[in-house]
Amino acid sequence: MLEIVIFSTLNGILYGLLLFMLSSGLTLIFSMMGVLNFAHASFYMLGAYFAYTMGMEIGFWPALLLAPILVGGLGAMVEKFGLRRVHENGHVAELLFTFGLAYVIDEMVQLIWGTVAVAYREPDYMREPLFTLFGTDYSIFRGVVILIAVLMFIALWFLLKKTRVGMMIRAALTHGEMVGHLGHNVPRLFMGVFGFGCALAGLAGVIGGPLLATEPGMAVTLGPIVFVVVVVGGMGSLIGAFYASLLIGLIQTFFVAIDASVADILNALGMNVDPYGEVTGITLASLAPMTPFILLVLILIFRPRGLMGELEP
Amino acid sequence: MNDITAVAPRQNRFSWRALAPWLISAAVLLILPFVFESGTAFTLMNVIAVNIVFALSYNMLLGQGGMLSFGHAVFFGLGSYAAMHAMNAIDEAAYAGEGFWSHIPVVSMPLVGMIAGGLVALLIGWPFCRRAGTAFAMITLGLGEMVAAAGQMFPSVFGGEAGVYGNRMVGPQWFGLELAQAADVYWFMAFWTFLAVFAMWAFTRTPLGRMSNAVRDNPDRLQFIGYPPRNIRFMIFIASGSFGGLAGGMAAVNYEIITPESLGLIPSGLALLMAAVGGLGVFYGPIVGAIVVSLMNSMLSDYTDASILYVGLVFLGIVMFAPRGLGGGLEQIRVAAREGSLGKRLPGWLSGGAAVTAISLGLMLFIELLFQWRHGDDEFAHFFGIDFESGSLTGWICVLVLLGAGIAVMRATKKLREDNA
Repeated sequence: MLEIVIFSTLNGILYGLLLFMLSSGLTLIFSMMGVLNFAHASFYMLGAYFAYTMGMEIGFWPALLLAPILVGGLGAMVEKFGLRRVHENGHVAELLFTFGLAYVIDEMVQLIWGTVAVAYREPDYMREPLFTLFGTDYSIFRGVVILIAVLMFIALWFLLKKTRVGMMIRAALTHGEMVGHLGHNVPRLFMGVFGFGCALAGLAGVIGGPLLATEPGMAVTLGPIVFVVVVVGGMGSLIGAFYASLLIGLIQTFFVAIDASVADILNALGMNVDPYGEVTGITLASLAPMTPFILLVLILIFRPRGLMGELEP
Repeated sequence: MNDITAVAPRQNRFSWRALAPWLISAAVLLILPFVFESGTAFTLMNVIAVNIVFALSYNMLLGQGGMLSFGHAVFFGLGSYAAMHAMNAIDEAAYAGEGFWSHIPVVSMPLVGMIAGGLVALLIGWPFCRRAGTAFAMITLGLGEMVAAAGQMFPSVFGGEAGVYGNRMVGPQWFGLELAQAADVYWFMAFWTFLAVFAMWAFTRTPLGRMSNAVRDNPDRLQFIGYPPRNIRFMIFIASGSFGGLAGGMAAVNYEIITPESLGLIPSGLALLMAAVGGLGVFYGPIVGAIVVSLMNSMLSDYTDASILYVGLVFLGIVMFAPRGLGGGLEQIRVAAREGSLGKRLPGWLSGGAAVTAISLGLMLFIELLFQWRHGDDEFAHFFGIDFESGSLTGWICVLVLLGAGIAVMRATKKLREDNA
């Protein structure tokens, strides 16, 4: 039991940190531009595929650095030539644009890399165990992922709180027009933030690719969950997104790990139900993919501003 | 409130002009089966009919009510499931020769779907309709994903991965429709599509239909004058869900199978795609969109492996460059023709069209060459009878020339369009 708890916690935190890498960019973009970027998870997928293709030529570590930069550049181009055009037609048009973009990127990926998963793996030496607990290995790569995520978190905090650019971004979040009046180039700032958010998603893709799977469906599987994180955490709240990421990561991992059905729980509570019935026979593991969306609907009904958000979406 | 007199008097007089679109569409529906006689054409027309109703019901939410939904397929799918189970009940009752269902014809299945869709919307809609905009988009996204996941979990209702299938040739026949061939189903589809389209158009003329435009444009003001926006949204949600369910009922009869996948994000996205391509602001926009997107989906795949990509690019192009959609474009031409300014505007539009054609041809060639480059040389990029090879430079140069020419024409003729805008 302890073994399950420890490993589920570790895996849950790992998954949560991955979610945070994605949701931090998304929430930054949202709070600044009011755009919920539907294509965000597609940039995550691009990160994984770029790193896969580059990794074959230049190795894992250079790809870890270059792939996010490439994805970020692509994101900046998308903002400059696409989103900015659509902006004047309102938020719905922007949402539609990113929706179409996600569609196109997903199809492009299938066109270029094929419809089946590619063999994107971490380097061999990182598959060695970092430590062994109760006879189960915890690979170096997972440790590295946690390290990268934490480093990224610190860098993000430093950037936003301690640098001049971060100050401008924080000011533009709430008083965009005033920042413009003070002579800063707000459109360029938008482009930068959009590109930066996409780069973070790309970084998540580089390390998420070997961890989960690099296949054309990876954006569609993770995309909606990232939205859930942003909404549950509170639109535009980075710290809220952090808590929500960990919460959802842990909930999903624990639901998968606990081998119990609804009937087991009800019977343990003293009720006498059929353990193989259609409803009571549902295992918690099969409920796991649904948990984020149940959480989303509940949050939107009972606390629409999310865990830490200040504004209602 | 004496302002009521300021409202334009209702036009009760009979006018052929108002009736013309309906007469023409009815005539087209009647003539179509004699123009296209092949089985595939009928199958395609039936799919288009389902999609027309689906897209229009979606536009009740987005175009008329301003509520962007990513979960509309929930109503379509659940309506379809209800109709499928009803069809199976008819099958059993007809076999036993007694019971309520033995008197119900399969022709009425869209009504079953409509009731189911409306009931689902009625049961779940209230908490969703508090806000429009991003909150509504997210909560419907969550709903769609949740229902789609639940579809896999209750196999006795949703049939698991394989879905539920049925047989449409059961129970009492009405109007001698055996529903055996796609050609038979066509008349069923034509009837229900015409009826549903008319009903949805009539809905836009009701006070509630007008209110739905108001709640889209200015919910605060609506609240001021005493109509809670949430109530209006809720009623639109129910109406839209009902018609979504009706489309689902039509689909159940057409496909005779329904799987949990049809509850998820992909069919919801299709509804959005069709409505936006056709144009959200014009009533007949989604009809145009449904026809174009269905045709693209089914016919392009014969010619290229990147068919879905083209649909996506068309969508993206329309969102970026023609936010009013194809229907909006048609409407612009119609208005210009009526005002007599068509001759003045035509050069700008034609040159714009030429530029768009050149750019799209360039993009198509680029995509086909890219596909060929990645997937081996055995697949030539067939391009209007010319075979390009990704190995040689000619193809890539053609791409650049086409794109460059398109952009140049676009730039050069920009003034023509702006002067008359």
